[in-house]
Amino acid sequence: MSREEIYGELNKVFQEIFDDDTLTVNDSTTSSDIEDWDSLEHINLMMAIEEAFGITFNIGEVTTMKNVGEMADKIAEKIK
Amino acid sequence: MKILEYPFSGEKIVEQKRRIKKELLQETNTRLKKKIAILGGSTTNDVKQVLELFLLNMGIEPEFYESEYNQYYEDAMFDNNSLMKFRPDIIYIHTTNRNISGFPEPGDTQETIDAMIDMEMSKFTEMWNRLAQVYECPIIQNNFEFPDYRLMGNRDAYDIHGRINYINRLNMSFCEYAQNHNNFYIQDIQYISSLYGLDKWSDPFYWHMYKYAVSVPAIPTLAFNLANIIKSIYGKNKKALVLDLDNTLWGGVIGDDDVDNIIIGQEVSAGQAFSEFQGYLKDLSKIGVLLNIDSKNDEENAIAGLNHRDCTLHPKDFTVIKANWNPKSRNFVEIAEELNILPDSMVFVDDNPAEREIVRAEVLGASVPDIGQPENYIRAIDRSGFFEVTSFSADDLSRNEMYKENIKRAHFQTKFRDYKDYLKSLDMHAVIKPFEPVYLGRIAQLTNKSNQFNLTTKRFNQAEIEQMAQSDEYITLYGKLSDKFGDNGVVSIVIGKIQGQTLHIVLWLMSCRVLKRDMEYAMMDTLVQKAESKGIHEIKGYYYPTAKNKMVQDFYGDQNFICESKDEKGNAIWSYDIDDSYKYKNQVIEVIA
Repeated sequence: MSREEIYGELNKVFQEIFDDDTLTVNDSTTSSDIEDWDSLEHINLMMAIEEAFGITFNIGEVTTMKNVGEMADKIAEKIK
Repeated sequence: MKILEYPFSGEKIVEQKRRIKKELLQETNTRLKKKIAILGGSTTNDVKQVLELFLLNMGIEPEFYESEYNQYYEDAMFDNNSLMKFRPDIIYIHTTNRNISGFPEPGDTQETIDAMIDMEMSKFTEMWNRLAQVYECPIIQNNFEFPDYRLMGNRDAYDIHGRINYINRLNMSFCEYAQNHNNFYIQDIQYISSLYGLDKWSDPFYWHMYKYAVSVPAIPTLAFNLANIIKSIYGKNKKALVLDLDNTLWGGVIGDDDVDNIIIGQEVSAGQAFSEFQGYLKDLSKIGVLLNIDSKNDEENAIAGLNHRDCTLHPKDFTVIKANWNPKSRNFVEIAEELNILPDSMVFVDDNPAEREIVRAEVLGASVPDIGQPENYIRAIDRSGFFEVTSFSADDLSRNEMYKENIKRAHFQTKFRDYKDYLKSLDMHAVIKPFEPVYLGRIAQLTNKSNQFNLTTKRFNQAEIEQMAQSDEYITLYGKLSDKFGDNGVVSIVIGKIQGQTLHIVLWLMSCRVLKRDMEYAMMDTLVQKAESKGIHEIKGYYYPTAKNKMVQDFYGDQNFICESKDEKGNAIWSYDIDDSYKYKNQVIEVIA
């Protein structure tokens, strides 16, 4: 899966979770860019990403991702 | 909404909760407003959000109070202004085995462990008692799920030091409390976590990450189960099953295959599955679920099939049997009419997806589960929680009989030309008296589930009803009606609040099973007598329209009240001056007051 394809999937997940069809994310997107993205919503987001890509994150990974770019890196690493 | 019906995907619901909520709020049906306090021993944010979806879908609009993280005990035990102001209609205490104070140590004696159980239990019972006393509302408490690991392996279950053993003992003590306290309900997460799979239910990832004791994907399962208890408390259970015959109650098509060739009974595997399903349905009928047939068959064939020697269900087990070639949706609505219940309180069970689609499309609010293969029919119905039992009265035991008697009455009626003659011939006897302790359960049940013949649709819980029954400021009346065909039990409730010389009727309702029997006149006669004896000169009646109570919009006019005011929505105030000219209206029921 190319980075573009990963972002295609990621955008779908973000749009679903935050119920906003116009939402798109990029490498530098962080939780401060999306109003409803708080720590409680973060867990729903993680679950949805695991579902969408058929992967699982461990606790360390979930807590250290600083932006969507690092998230995409982790995904790319796991689906290799 | 399909996405919220069993078997649902928990992940999908959590992911799409915003969109689902938006869609549910676009539906224009009126919903019951309820205030729900969630007191949690772990994170409850998603529990609240997903519970809201299921409740909206079941016709209840919740408003929430949510305790701060793990503050359930403090919120319950100490004065709490914000919870006080919130005035909950229901309190849900969500604790898990993570909240148990301590577990037995290997060297502990039996006495030490017994004392630990007592300590833990008194923490909970003090909390429940205080909540019941301060907030006077139903309390739902979930029991404990099993722990994630077993130190001693299988011995954990029977050794007094084992955690499994300890949790089982605590759960039994919870049950004992529930058996001895009204308005207290256990949510059995010990069972539902096992259905879901304990490994996935208690995934420690979610605990360590966010202090969710129940994993996020499992939360919809928890919330759906909880919503079923709540909807049952507010009388929104289903009442009847409407069943297809061919390939639903037995295998094969009786019209083509002939009665001797239908598949039922212990001889073949497929027959066993249908037999087990019939046995399940028979058990449901014993707790008051009405069974009916809606089948495309000649009636003669349908009856022959049900008389098959290997059938567990026979014609007498059904209230209404419609076997004809009309559209099933039409039969479905006619069954509702004959039973005098609303189509949205019936569940349609048919193996044929096309028939299910027709009923889904044609009958608003009908429940139509996708029942899958015959061996899974029971699960599909059971897991949907249609018939969650929160109160169980003697009436429930005999409900089937009562509805059948009603249908007999309808047939009997056709023999009379004059309706009054018919009513007189029924030999009706009523008991109309102030609320008595033995009937409080039934009275609470009626106030929470009557929708059609209900003037104000005010809901009261048992504690509130008990208070009014004991207060001098209220006149309360229950009405019980029996006739030559049987006893209908408590069927009508009136509550009036006394203010000076005026009586305000805050609640007037009657079960639709005794419509057009003049019971409402007998109730009014007795109410007027009681009011007079208390020096009351004026009675005020109120009508608040809902989607379901149109049949009583002119009720007070019919009782010779005068309409004082009526707003554009139809909310009306009626009044009646009591004077010597009051004429007793009931002439057909013998009343003991």
